[in-house]
Amino acid sequence: MSSVAEKEQYNYDIVKFCVITGIIMGVLGTLVGTFVASELAYPWLNMDIAEISFGRLRPVHTNVVIFGFGGFLLYGAGFYMVQHTTHARIRFEKIAWAAVILWLIGCLAVVATLPFGMTQAKEYHEAEWWIDIILALSWVCMTITFLSTIAARKMSHIYVGLWFFMTMLFMVTYIFVFNGMCIPVDMTFSYSAYAGIHDAMIQWWWGHNAVGFFLTAGFIGVMYYFVPKHANRPIYSYRLSILHFWSLTFLYVWVGAHHLHYTAVPDWTLSLGAGMSVALIFPSWGGMINGMMTMSGAWDKLRTDPVMRFMVVALAFYGMSTFEGPLMGTKSVNALSHYTDWTVGHVHSGALGWNAMIAIGAMYHMITRMWNTEMFSEKLVNMHFWVHLTGAVLYITAMWGSGVLQGLMWRAFDEYGNLVYTFADSVAAMHPFYALRALGGFLVFSGLCIMLYNTIKTIGAVKAGSNTPLRAAD
Amino acid sequence: MSEKRENKGMIRGIPHDTIESSLPILATFVAILVAVGGIVEIVPAYYLDDAEPAVEGVRPYTPLELEGYAIYRREGCFLCHSQMIRPFRDEKERYGHFSLAAESQFDHNYQWGSKRTGPELARLGGKYTDAWHVQHMRQPKSVVQASVMPNYLWLETTPLNTSRTKARMEVLASMNVPYNAGDIANWEADLKAQAGVDDGEGEDALRARYERTTWENDGVVTQWTDTFVPTPINVRAFDGDASDVTELDALIAYLQQLGTAVHFEDGVDYYHDKFGKPYRK
Repeated sequence: MSSVAEKEQYNYDIVKFCVITGIIMGVLGTLVGTFVASELAYPWLNMDIAEISFGRLRPVHTNVVIFGFGGFLLYGAGFYMVQHTTHARIRFEKIAWAAVILWLIGCLAVVATLPFGMTQAKEYHEAEWWIDIILALSWVCMTITFLSTIAARKMSHIYVGLWFFMTMLFMVTYIFVFNGMCIPVDMTFSYSAYAGIHDAMIQWWWGHNAVGFFLTAGFIGVMYYFVPKHANRPIYSYRLSILHFWSLTFLYVWVGAHHLHYTAVPDWTLSLGAGMSVALIFPSWGGMINGMMTMSGAWDKLRTDPVMRFMVVALAFYGMSTFEGPLMGTKSVNALSHYTDWTVGHVHSGALGWNAMIAIGAMYHMITRMWNTEMFSEKLVNMHFWVHLTGAVLYITAMWGSGVLQGLMWRAFDEYGNLVYTFADSVAAMHPFYALRALGGFLVFSGLCIMLYNTIKTIGAVKAGSNTPLRAAD
Repeated sequence: MSEKRENKGMIRGIPHDTIESSLPILATFVAILVAVGGIVEIVPAYYLDDAEPAVEGVRPYTPLELEGYAIYRREGCFLCHSQMIRPFRDEKERYGHFSLAAESQFDHNYQWGSKRTGPELARLGGKYTDAWHVQHMRQPKSVVQASVMPNYLWLETTPLNTSRTKARMEVLASMNVPYNAGDIANWEADLKAQAGVDDGEGEDALRARYERTTWENDGVVTQWTDTFVPTPINVRAFDGDASDVTELDALIAYLQQLGTAVHFEDGVDYYHDKFGKPYRK
């Protein structure tokens, strides 16, 4: 199908809006991230201003990168792939636009309220109840259009990427709604409907499944469309995709409890969470292997195509973090890693390595396809890749170093049976790692700035008619 | 052709071709499958007696502490400070007895945190003087050289906004927190009494209310034993200034009671009893 015919058949406007908003959110989110990381390395940066102090700004970073950058990528790539894999135009386009606009309003509301201390104080679910409602409405609209478009598909089978998307749509609805249950005191404050151990369990049921479904199932869905498409190769194994789809759908849900090892939550729950965490490596690696092996016969593209490189390295990071995750989910490793920077490193090896890189790869792919053009500068895409990768590796290794060091310093006893270090000693020891981490974050931010610049120039060239039309083989 | 496809679509006897060709079937399977894990792990804890064993001494926050809790949440303290001591020797040495489920039973939401950029706070109460906290909030580095905590200068200068205190108590009472009508009606007097701005007038009434041994919520009465003497409420000008109630008063009042409610006894195995009978009814 030629790109011209696609343009008429599919709604690309909504995808374009999501992709550009996503890139801007990525720039903003990593800027805030770099700043809060710098605050930990150089606390004077808090500047005694309440609104930019670490505790208030850190959730702005997490929300903007997860729901802003990640969310708009999922919406954009979701609308793109559901059209391409069903050969149907988006159904109920007004509802689709409502989903996108509500999501944007929700994200902006998060940014506007969190610095002023309006927070539910639930990690990755900080937005107050009325913002929750806006985001939930958006999600319902998204689900309606997405499922309706699948229902209007022009072939009998539903593409595997869409299964993963569907799993995300359902599970995120469950966890978002149940974790968000609260009784408002007013617009700025609400009390969770749960307390103590129950609140903890529901929070990490949400917390880990936001990772498991929003950032994994959804992004795996994205991977299942964009990797084969960009490599111009079929998916390696149909059977493997079935196997790891159902096992991932079932298993991920259980593992949130590993965030609560050795806490007051009943031990059987934690053991169950630990066991399921270890088992989860199989479905995770199923996806990784299926993506990687899809590259068979197309590995040469890595030499010439930086977008392909983004996608493949993303899969490598996915494989690595899903090996690290089960490891940290076991009680003995968790005893050391919990409460330390290792957790932060693990999250970022998933977020910067897997999520950001597959997202960026998919975004470049969509930009060139939708505007039917080569990027303004292939060199800048390549530069983005190396800057991002260097930043991600610096970040992750710094956090591994500080995390393991923290864990070991806290539990160190001398030959007389006394604690060797004070807590303050461990804080002092973190400084070089925190500085390095901030540098890593800054590189990732710089990479996204390069991407934004390149995208603006690309679209500008298309508008001016001075672009190079797409040479892609499909 | 169709027969060939059907065979191809059979995965170990499961007709996957049919499943993946039907949106309703696929959607139903997915919707059910993703719900299982959460239900199995979350729901039983509400019904199992030993999930949250009862201990004596855990009471709801006083109005002033409740405002302190809200400030703790507002400033995002939980992002760097945990409130959940694990049963390890180093944590016992550094922070005290491991945390019990009941100790956070009235925390909507829980403040266990997930990260220790700063130290664990579950048993911070009484560890430092009020003056230390005041200085630490002004400039953490002046008392802990290596600290990376921001200066919280605005807490000391901002008068405590009490416009929501009563509503907060009402909301909590509508859940499982045993505030009674008297607690809620006297919120203002209790708040002022605890911050020491009423010349000691309301102190006795405050103590009578929050050092009591009978708690009732929604018909469920919790009666502590006669010999149990609840931990005394801290009553004073926490920020050192008895002329007004500031946000710092509330926050320090909250911090100074953390982890002090339960009186741990020698010879009671609070860990392994977790799997057997509740410690005490």
